[in-house]
Amino acid sequence: MPTTRPGQPAIRSFADGPDTGPRRLDPRARVLAAVAFAVAVVALNGLPALVASVGVAFGLAVWARLPLRETAKRVAAMDGFILLTLVMLPFTTPPAAGTEPLFTLWGLPASREGLEHAVRIALKANAVILALLALVGTMRETVLGHALGRLGVPAKLVTLFLMTVRYIEVLHAEYGRLRWAMKARGFRPRTDLHTLKSLGHLVGMLLVRSLERSERVLAAMKCRGYTGRLPLLDTLRAGPADWAFGTAAAIACVLLVAADRLA
Amino acid sequence: MHIVDGALAPSVIVAASAVSVGGLALGLKRLDAETLPRAGLLSAAFFVASLVQVPIGPSSVHLVLGGLAGLMLGWAAFPALAVALALQAVFFGFGGLTVLGVNTLTIAMPAVLVGLACRAGVRSGSAVLVPLSGAVAGGLSVALTTILVGAALAASGDAFIPAAKLVFLAHVPVMIAEALVTAAAVTLLAKVKPDAFGLPAGTTAGTEGLRHA
Repeated sequence: MPTTRPGQPAIRSFADGPDTGPRRLDPRARVLAAVAFAVAVVALNGLPALVASVGVAFGLAVWARLPLRETAKRVAAMDGFILLTLVMLPFTTPPAAGTEPLFTLWGLPASREGLEHAVRIALKANAVILALLALVGTMRETVLGHALGRLGVPAKLVTLFLMTVRYIEVLHAEYGRLRWAMKARGFRPRTDLHTLKSLGHLVGMLLVRSLERSERVLAAMKCRGYTGRLPLLDTLRAGPADWAFGTAAAIACVLLVAADRLA
Repeated sequence: MHIVDGALAPSVIVAASAVSVGGLALGLKRLDAETLPRAGLLSAAFFVASLVQVPIGPSSVHLVLGGLAGLMLGWAAFPALAVALALQAVFFGFGGLTVLGVNTLTIAMPAVLVGLACRAGVRSGSAVLVPLSGAVAGGLSVALTTILVGAALAASGDAFIPAAKLVFLAHVPVMIAEALVTAAAVTLLAKVKPDAFGLPAGTTAGTEGLRHA
């Protein structure tokens, strides 16, 4: 998880970047394109097509002018999760019958098949995450919620999504205040029972405040005629640029899969 | 405990996503106009709580608190955790897009089951049973999650099995930390806000009750 400092937002979306590239396109088209790209990439087998898909994702990131440092940090965080699994794969995959191990490390034979498998997973995971950050990570959380609603996600789930993103920053500030108060009383996290108990009380207090706030929120919303769903007020209209982007995305996905299957 | 795109067999992704959709539907059914704000605020709170780092020796882990979410939300923890995971994937780059259903299943299903099983204990008011049930819910939900993640990987290829076993062992300290943090949080909640466990009853009237209010 990214460490957050007091005063920093919990969700640092890339929406604030220059108003160019994907940020100008219809959010629905971007969500659909990201999903189509992810499905296409996961279906690829050959290394050339996978390298090409990483190239496409990198192109999208450049097109969206994602900040280099922050993007690299997020992609690296994702890679950190799978590093162990990927490093073990060459040693746990038996080599194809009749072939020699690729190399031997501390007496452990590594197979070419395992190494290729690990490389394929790494390329797929990075391509999808980079495209997702470029296309969807560049929209405001609320815009994403509305786009999902317009794309047919159930109204209750969209309402839950919108309420969650509405209150993440509020509760993050609340958390920051509780944390400052603990620091003022001399709390420093260590590896001991006292730390775990204190953090447990911190979480408990955060939840108590969330519950009490939810009662006030509900009362205030009822006052304003809330009947269980939030109206989606924005009028999304796909223009020629959005259709062009959608068509190009569909063609790119089909080309990637076709080239991979024919190769 | 996030699986990334490209690691799993298509059949595993399809099967897990289908079960996830079922869990989401069950969870959404439990939510109505009265309980949606509560679930939304708790979903946000659990997202924020997952940013809390717990030091373990020279390293640190982040809290998951699935067990606590299950205790407080029941089946509604399914959509609440799904929203948090979707936000993590899109804005942090954690996990992936095609595996969103798998990641939701591996985290939300243990949370719901463990939460429902331990809820009577945390409501008992006993000085022993309340923290104990909290600890069991916290520790067991992480254990079941790592087992489900391991099973998803193992079903996608035998070569993943050693890694899956190692992931389980690596998460033993996380299970202990989650158990103790959840026990402390549950004890505080039971004293300060005894109605925190489960969505408030008698709201099945939905928006009808609201219109006449």
